[in-house]
Parts: sequence; C-alpha cells; structure tokens
Amino acid sequence: MTQAGSDYAWPHRDLLGLEDLSAQDIRFLLTTAHGFEDVSTRSIKKVPALRGRVVVNLFFEDSTRTRSSFTLAASRLSADTLELTGKGSSVSKGETLTDTARNIEAMGVDLIVCRHSHSGAAKHLAHAVNCSVINAGDGQHEHPTQGLLDIYTLCKRWDLMDTMDLTGKSVAIVGDIAHSRVARSNIHGLLKLGAKVILVGPPTLCPRTFESLGCEVSHNLDDVLPRIDAINMLRIQFERMTSQFFPSVREYAKIFGLTGKRITKAKPELLVMHPGPINRGVELDAAVADGPQSTILEQVTHGLAVRMAGMFLCLNRQSNPTS
Amino acid sequence: MSHMTTLADSSKIASLVDDLAGQINEAISASGSSHPWAIVGIRSRGDLLASRLAEKIDPAVIEKRLGVLDITLYRDDLSEINHQPVVRTTEIPFDIDNTNIVLVDDVLMTGRSIRAALQSLMDLGRPRRIWLAVLVDRGGRELPISADFVGVDLKDEKLGDEMIVDVHLMPLDDQDCITTHPKQKGSTK
Repeated sequence: MTQAGSDYAWPHRDLLGLEDLSAQDIRFLLTTAHGFEDVSTRSIKKVPALRGRVVVNLFFEDSTRTRSSFTLAASRLSADTLELTGKGSSVSKGETLTDTARNIEAMGVDLIVCRHSHSGAAKHLAHAVNCSVINAGDGQHEHPTQGLLDIYTLCKRWDLMDTMDLTGKSVAIVGDIAHSRVARSNIHGLLKLGAKVILVGPPTLCPRTFESLGCEVSHNLDDVLPRIDAINMLRIQFERMTSQFFPSVREYAKIFGLTGKRITKAKPELLVMHPGPINRGVELDAAVADGPQSTILEQVTHGLAVRMAGMFLCLNRQSNPTS
Repeated sequence: MSHMTTLADSSKIASLVDDLAGQINEAISASGSSHPWAIVGIRSRGDLLASRLAEKIDPAVIEKRLGVLDITLYRDDLSEINHQPVVRTTEIPFDIDNTNIVLVDDVLMTGRSIRAALQSLMDLGRPRRIWLAVLVDRGGRELPISADFVGVDLKDEKLGDEMIVDVHLMPLDDQDCITTHPKQKGSTK
C-alpha cells in the first residue's frame, strides 16, 4: 500500500544536535512525537515498538530529569535499559570514552544515550561505535532533545502542530547563553523553523558573536519583553563557570530575573519556558514559574514523547542510507 | 502501474458501504447487547471508511463513539519494511472497557494489521467484543483471523502475493475506487 504524503525517510542513525537536522527532519520527528503522546495517558503505558532492543544510559554528568525521562521513554517502547554512570565505573579507573563505549557495544547494545561534560563527546562516541547514539547533552555544545521538546511545547501552545512553521514568532532566550547547550539547540531549531531568536544576558554571558548564527543579541530584558511571544529562562550554571561573569547573584536577579512585576511589560499571552532545574528567585520568581503562562511542566511531559520519537526513528532508520 | 484493473468505482464503493452498514446494523440489533457500541477505523484508510459507516449506523446506538487507531507501533515487520514508518495519533475519545467495537479496515490480506490492531485495543482497555468489517477481503491469510462483515470477497480469486489490491478513498486520494495491479519489481510491499 502506498504511504500518504511524500517519500521522505528519516536519514539519521544518531541524534547529536539540531545543527545536523533539516527543518523537515525536525518537523517529522515532532509529528512522530505527537503520535507517541497518548501512550503516556492510557492504562497500559507501553507499546511494543522497540521490543527486544537494548538502550544504555551512559551519563558522565549528574542528571535527574533527563536520565529518568530517557529511561521511561525506553520502557514505554518496551526496550530494555541499562544504567551506567561515570562515577564508580571503570571510567574513574582511567578508561577512555571510546573504550568504555566499545565495551558496552560488545554486550549487544542498540542505542547509547550519552551525557558528557565535554563538547563533542557524543559525536566522538558515534564515530567509535556502530550502534545509534543520542546526545543527552555534551558540554556547552548541544542538548537536542531539550531543544526539540521546547519547540514541540511552543507548537502545541500556539496550535501550530499542522505546519510547525514559526514564521512571525519571536522567542527570547535569557541568561547564560555562552555556557548553555540548551540555548544552542534552541537557536538552531527555532531558526530552522522560521522563528526570530533574541538572546538576552550580560555581555560576559551573552556575547555579540552569537549574531553570526542569525540571532539578535540584547543586554536589556525590559526592552525585549514587549515584542516577544515566548521566553526561555535559562538557569545560571554555576558549575560551568570558571571565573566571575557578573558581580553578584542578587544583581543578576535584579537585572535579568523574570518577576511578577516585570512580566507585566510583556504581551499577556507570553509563554514562559524553563529547562529546569529552576533557581527560584534568581532567574524566575515563584509567581511566574507557577503561573498560567508557564509551560514548565508541559515541557517535562512532552520530553517523554519527543525522546520516544527520537529513539524510535534512529532505531528504525530505513536501510537505504542517504547520510 | 500497467495492467491496472478497476474493481469498483465511486458509485460501487458507495453501495458497498451501504451494504456493509446494513449488515452491521442488522447484527447489532440481533445481538441484543446492552453494552455500548463503537466504531474504530485503522489508519490510514480504515478510519475514512469507519467515519462513512458511522453516518449510516443508528446514531442512538453508537452515540458518536468513533475512533481512529494507528497501529505503526504494534507492527511486527518494522525491521523488514523498506519505507519510512510514519507514526500518527491514536484517537479513541471514549472508554473502551465493556464496549462492543466494530473494527474497520480497507483491505484484509495476511491478518497482521488486524493482529496489531487487536493488541493495540487490548492495551487501551478490555472491550466487550470486537467485530471486524473490511471493504475487501482479498485472501492470503497468514494468521487465523477472519472478517465478520465483508464488502467485496476475493478469497476465491487466489490472487497471490504478486497482485496488489488498493483501496483509494477521498479525501486522502483523488477519487474513490478499488484497483488491482501486479506488484512492481523491486518493491517488497
């Protein structure tokens, strides 16, 4: 029987970053995720799509929500999962990332989900192994499933699931852009789907070099607020900062924090996103984080569907390779 | 697409749908079941057929219980097919526990889609019973599955694997028709 629509086929074995995906790839993955969303709401929260496949979570950095989201996504597709952490494993005994990965692969693994503090680690891993690799965050580079779930959330809230065309929408990303893999994945994905991206933060954390990606850079949140449709508030990542980038947390919160008072300058339908975990009182006030404009918990829910879609597509890539 | 034969045009399909609806209405009233009834179509043409049937079945019986099932995630041939599997939404906006379900598909051949659909329905709840309605039964079963209501029965034609039976339904296709043609070389489906 003929498939309705085009002869499009998902071409990627790995999901390493949104920079590597075309607009069509992104739209296809998010459409697939839409089909997965109902699996989480029914009495039997499981489909047999990846029965007999093995997914390994290989995390060299702390993670709660991303790791559990990947584990749950794999279980809902009936895959078996194996949890490995950097701490307490042979990596702390001096084994290289490549050796670790090849040893895991030798156990008969189909997919490695990797988080690592070094930018490019997931790509390095993908070159070393024959199984699929999904990047769950590599240093300051990309966090593709986070970028995808953010865009999915916007498309749903804006009722754009049919077209996923974000032309005419403006999205601000606020905070520590320089150290943020979430920002990079969002920038690539949003621009590809036609949105305007405005980056906001102190010059030390939000340098003008980002203009070369096609974004607007601003250092004044109050100027930007009235002309945006969504705002993604990033967490200050103290653990990635090697020197002092701003005078004090209190000053940062005063200038770049989204408070209940400041949000009144924005359009009433402004959507407020946050990749979590929130530093309440720093980048987001409790009133805003828990308010009606907040999409924070929807983002977490959508993360499951998006990760299921990513795993399903990478593991069911059709055999005629086009990439 | 050479050697294509048209088995039914749009007016023939309309009368086949009328006939199927008649069979279903009769069976529902003969069943005497006190449980609710629902119609569920399998994407991507069984759902179109299901909504056409639903219009012709006593509205007091089905009360708008019309559902769409996407069986992609339940297929047993995901690793063998050579085209991109497309996952779409399953939309069953009613409780299927203790509901009598008429499952609808366009063409019945191996029975594997129906097996997947049955498993998918069981994962959504515990239906009272499931009946199967198909527009075409072309024979070629690989599983012990049979239809309760059939529009066109081609089982005795012994079509074989190399013949393809296609159902085209608007608005997904340009027109309503049922065609047969030999499988093109190099295609595994």
